[in-house]
Amino acid sequence: MAQPLRIVVAKPGLDGHDRGAKVVARTLRDAGHEVIYTGLRRTAQQIVETVRDEDARFLGLSSLSGAHSHLFPKVCELLKQEGLEDVIVFGGGIIPHEDRADLFAAGIKAIFGPGTPTAEILDFIQHANAMDDAGVGQENDWHWESKA
Amino acid sequence: MNDEISRALNGERRALARVLSAIENRTVSIEEMSGSDSSSTEDIMWSTMAITGAPGVGKSVLVDALMTLWAKQGHRIALLAVDPSSPRTGGALLGDRVRMTSVDNPAIKDQVYVRSIATRTASGSVPLIVEDMASFLHSCGWNRVLIETVGSGQSELRCAAVADRIVVVEGPARGDGIQAEKAGLLELADAVLVNKADLDGAKKHASELQESFALGQNEAPPVLLTSGLQGIGIEQAAEMLFELKASDRATKARMRERLLARHERRLVNHPSYNECLKRLTEGTIDIENALSILQGEHDE
Repeated sequence: MAQPLRIVVAKPGLDGHDRGAKVVARTLRDAGHEVIYTGLRRTAQQIVETVRDEDARFLGLSSLSGAHSHLFPKVCELLKQEGLEDVIVFGGGIIPHEDRADLFAAGIKAIFGPGTPTAEILDFIQHANAMDDAGVGQENDWHWESKA
Repeated sequence: MNDEISRALNGERRALARVLSAIENRTVSIEEMSGSDSSSTEDIMWSTMAITGAPGVGKSVLVDALMTLWAKQGHRIALLAVDPSSPRTGGALLGDRVRMTSVDNPAIKDQVYVRSIATRTASGSVPLIVEDMASFLHSCGWNRVLIETVGSGQSELRCAAVADRIVVVEGPARGDGIQAEKAGLLELADAVLVNKADLDGAKKHASELQESFALGQNEAPPVLLTSGLQGIGIEQAAEMLFELKASDRATKARMRERLLARHERRLVNHPSYNECLKRLTEGTIDIENALSILQGEHDE
């Protein structure tokens, strides 16, 4: 790999469980990336400012509290407002399949549920990174179809 | 990139983050930047301060408390927080930000900038490219830059190569009086903070350090008790550190670190560096051959 990718892994909202986020962070680290972990209970604004100041290429959001339909699109909206259209956003946690279409429409490029093999997340990262228009505010409406 | 550099110089944080990445990735060099004059017009005691010490002594929490206080007094403070890269995979988990409340405080967040940095291929607790990143921050009006090093041991002195001031953070119960007598990092300290002052052993450790410094020939650096978590001694520490003078004890040692650091950087940046490593691994050349190749003339 030429340069490691910088990836922010964040927990928006009032959700105290971060085992999943830590597993993803560790997976990305072990694949040679630089992972900035925000810790628990971040607001959308805080997450977006972290992505901006850390110059992250990817943002991973984790939610197990059921508030994803509110919080994830809000983060996407703020990213676009801050001029961070080219950041690639993915999500994970307890996200029912019927909620996913709206999240993809908001600009999220992949949703990974429980039981996703970590290798699939790395495949997604590699695939999305090779595209130049997979950012949250860019035209391409492609998204990764996850099996889990 | 030129457009981004000028937007960064005008205070745009997104552009600043981008340019810092470019410096870190060596796709742009600080020398090529037009109009980036790092000399500050403001008369200040120091512009780059390294905060170093063993893992877990509380550097991040302490740095956050200091940044919060300075920002509330109206100063602008940038932090370059360094964590280790895996020697195996090259990846890194950069976790210093978890402890940073100042960047989330709406009253002061515009006056603080925090950037996490992985050591990548650097040896020691601070990658030398941090010097250039700090220099660009200075050009962008971030006159005070803190560098939080990787948790480091007794003989990790490389931060002396990139910072004007070195603050060593110690914790309570860090060994007996003999530990304070040992040579190493403490000899380069411009100030020592004994953190976790609320815990047993902190006062004793602070007085052992003071006694040890008093035995030396030169002026002793200030030793203060602090607790980043409980807020003990933070105001005094902030005041003392802001006007901290360079200790005269270690000028030669500092210059040695700077010289060695520059030399290492010259080797690592040599166009044949990776080729030499490869050939060393294959056994087709030996260390002496590699050195004579890498010490040849080249444009950095």
